[in-house]
Amino acid sequence: MPLVPAITDVKLLKGHPAVARLSGWNAAAIEGVKFDRDEMTISLDRNSIREACALLKEDPACPFNFLSDITCVDWYPAEPRFEVVYHLLSIPKKERVRLKVRLNSASPAVESLTSVWPGANYFEREVFDLFGVRFTGHPYLRRILMPEDWEGHPLRKDYPVEGYR
Amino acid sequence: MILNMGPQHPSTHGVLRVLLEIDGESVVRLMPDIGYLHTGIEKTCEAKFYQQVVPLTDRIDYLCPLTNNLCYVLAVEKLLGLEIPPKAQWLRVLLNELTRINSHLVWLGTHALDIGAMTVFLYCFREREEVLKIFEMVSGQRMMTSYFRVGGIALEPPLGFFDRVRDFAGYFPEKVDEYENLLTGNPIWLMRTKGVAYISAEDALGLGATGPTLRASGVDIDLRRDMPYSSYEKFQFKVPISTEGDVFARYMCRVQELRESIAIVRQALDGMPEGPIKADAPHVVLPDREKMKTQMESLIYHFKIITEGFAVPAGEVYQAVESPRGEMGYYIVSDGTAKPYRVHMRSACFANLQTLPTMCEGRLLADVVAAIGSIDIVLGEIDR
Repeated sequence: MPLVPAITDVKLLKGHPAVARLSGWNAAAIEGVKFDRDEMTISLDRNSIREACALLKEDPACPFNFLSDITCVDWYPAEPRFEVVYHLLSIPKKERVRLKVRLNSASPAVESLTSVWPGANYFEREVFDLFGVRFTGHPYLRRILMPEDWEGHPLRKDYPVEGYR
Repeated sequence: MILNMGPQHPSTHGVLRVLLEIDGESVVRLMPDIGYLHTGIEKTCEAKFYQQVVPLTDRIDYLCPLTNNLCYVLAVEKLLGLEIPPKAQWLRVLLNELTRINSHLVWLGTHALDIGAMTVFLYCFREREEVLKIFEMVSGQRMMTSYFRVGGIALEPPLGFFDRVRDFAGYFPEKVDEYENLLTGNPIWLMRTKGVAYISAEDALGLGATGPTLRASGVDIDLRRDMPYSSYEKFQFKVPISTEGDVFARYMCRVQELRESIAIVRQALDGMPEGPIKADAPHVVLPDREKMKTQMESLIYHFKIITEGFAVPAGEVYQAVESPRGEMGYYIVSDGTAKPYRVHMRSACFANLQTLPTMCEGRLLADVVAAIGSIDIVLGEIDR
């Protein structure tokens, strides 16, 4: 499939169930949308991610009932530096959506999704461990892959690939 | 009492450490401790060209290297907007189903061994050996295959490859009967697995479980059928489901998947299309050796791909495939250069492991081993 230019106009993307639901709920929370390579991305305000996910999970028309993945991208040295990325899947409708929140480099923190999906636990711990993003309301925010006493967050772009020697 | 199980323990399938708080024989609290195999593959990927990442993806999961290869190349192909010829797609399906058989055989053998059935282990490894020989024949490697390339597959399969696979597909169903004869009706097996380590569909969904762990609880999802990739939509197969949610249900799901996989292998052999195995994209796909020796253009492309890689248009994709353990996903962010800006692997085992406390807490200590075996974890994939 040859590449086609991405669509970023909210009005054109109203047909997507997640965009329709979220703009019906709080249009101000949507910072941007992008439909690129058959995938829908919605950028959200950092304070509304938990509520937005709870809403999408219970959406009667197209419930995004499964949290596939949480990860993070570091755009160092740009600001806002961190982009926490959520992939949701609607098992009944076979539809995916990607949600994003952007965080500044000074004490990055976002609300935890563990109250919506308990499975967010490990994913958020991983992001905390490797990027240093804090999740408020997480029941057990500790390092998961690196040793407890490790210094620094290895997947940040200013962390050398060979580590500090 | 706090009991420490692992990281060196024969039934943790790698280096998983489990902290158990027990009261007599029953488990009060269970906490998995992971990270012993963390090698920073995601970080390493950021320093490599796109084509150099393929061998790294093998090393995540030693039981299904080709599934990881496939997921990665599909993601990069989606970023590039490449069209893959049908023969390459069908070969990918064929090899992926053999990988699933390989993985399930190791799971079945070791899981039965954990619970005390030694014979099954030897039988499973007998057939697995043949699958590994097929992999060696086609890719030159038994385990770290790296056979798929961005834009197609590395080489034409050698002469006699299809006959050998056909042979295997011919006798394998009988072997599955043999395993089932040993286990499915065996009273000891039933007592160790029925009603053990139960998890409800709701819990499994909430905890992010996928694959047979989720399907055994009654959630009907298989990415091969529901969100097809690499022309899986052209194959006929059933998705085994169970509603029991216990160790036995997960066992039954996987054993039936063995039969479905071999059916897919047969369909792939019968309907294998003719044609090229690489996409028509000279800036991405390495040229044939023969052309390199005769055509200047091919030589230049080869030199450029090897020394500078190929630039991938900026963007991001999430590609998921149904690995033997569940949803294996690659999230790749490109900034328009020849190296990925970010590669994230959504590991099925990483999420599946979260179900372990729910399965074990309040139940017997002896069942922890059965529960760990039944979710089929590979620690390399969890820790990456």
